[in-house]
Amino acid sequence: MAHDDHHHHHDHEHQAVPSDLNLRVKALESLLVEKGIVDRAALDTIVDLYETKIGPRNGARVVARAWADPVYKQRLLTDATAAIAELGYQGGQGEDMVVLENTPTVHNLVVCTLCSCYPWPILGLPPVWYKSAPYRSRAVIDPRGVLREFGLELPDDVEVRVWDSTAELRYLVLPERPAGTEHMTEEELAALVTRDSMVGVAKIAAPAPTGARS
Amino acid sequence: MNGVHDMGGMHGMGPVVYDRNEPVFHDWWESRVYAITRVLRGPRYNLDHARHQLELLPPAEYLRMSYYERWLTRLVDRLLASGAVTREELASGRPAPGSPKGTPAVTAADAPHVVRRRDSARRDRDVAPRFAVGQRVRARNMHPTGHTRLPRYARGKQGVVTKAHGIFLFPDTNAHFQGEKPQHVYSVRFAARELWGEQASPRDFVHVDMWDDYLEPA
Repeated sequence: MAHDDHHHHHDHEHQAVPSDLNLRVKALESLLVEKGIVDRAALDTIVDLYETKIGPRNGARVVARAWADPVYKQRLLTDATAAIAELGYQGGQGEDMVVLENTPTVHNLVVCTLCSCYPWPILGLPPVWYKSAPYRSRAVIDPRGVLREFGLELPDDVEVRVWDSTAELRYLVLPERPAGTEHMTEEELAALVTRDSMVGVAKIAAPAPTGARS
Repeated sequence: MNGVHDMGGMHGMGPVVYDRNEPVFHDWWESRVYAITRVLRGPRYNLDHARHQLELLPPAEYLRMSYYERWLTRLVDRLLASGAVTREELASGRPAPGSPKGTPAVTAADAPHVVRRRDSARRDRDVAPRFAVGQRVRARNMHPTGHTRLPRYARGKQGVVTKAHGIFLFPDTNAHFQGEKPQHVYSVRFAARELWGEQASPRDFVHVDMWDDYLEPA
């Protein structure tokens, strides 16, 4: 991924002492289990699903299918919820999906300025930067500046469309298929697709030419 | 409410901080706060109300806390408000002597269904749309003190309806248990220069999803 060193790798958003919070939440969970309010195994299952099954690989498969199958792509752009469900992905925060197609002349960028709305079933839970004040405040007023920080410089003649997720529609960007991928299988294509490209803060780089790595 | 959560267009928040190798959860407690929030059931709770609970955090606290610290605060408030736990129980970490033992609403076998369940805010009602695709509209200049999903930066601004999404419950009333008031939602396209003035690129646009009650003819 094309994320450069001018990103700072420290994290302003985690200032509480984690061990205190671990103790506090452990006590809370034990209390709720003892009172018969929650089932610990149910919590384990939910955590495991979001850590191992429900993430951006799902969205990548949707994108790869759309690249490989023009008829599917058309369905995806007209009824995204149904087309995504065809691949088995559905659930909370993905009930009403809209897919936005990037082209050489239009670049789409998704944000939730009011909270942290994000299409969970196909991208998983949002990263910290997406939920952070800098991204939420600036994506609508300075989208090109934000994209520059992600290493993406858009030409002036490209139209930028920012989508603020204020209602219950959830947005997925369909990135442009990179050149040099004409002979790739759907599975190989999916491996190229990044989370960031499906939020609209990155493009997908063309794969290295065959032989370049030898 | 004109809260600090409504931060579209604010300055001074700094650069976007990017973690190249970010885990789904940064620590054990985050994952448990998330999962407990997903499995709790009870009356007087819906997504809009839950969002509003975060908006009601004092602004300085909202900005200081991490995302899941906000969730934890909301979770504890909810457990106390519903009577599910008492302050004494929270302090001691033990159920009060003689308190009844409940049955968890969600078991491990239910959990995958909870995650996959579609709980759409779309409503199958016969409500006439007030606006049509292609129509010029203005976002109303309104400042409700309760929950709203009309961001401040769009209020009073003119745009064009580009898509009709269908009929959805209305968060401004639903968050306060004042009914679902189903109505049409549209994607409204605002020129960046209409929102931000000359400094913005003439080629930039912001699309905001708007309910009928947020709009008036331009």
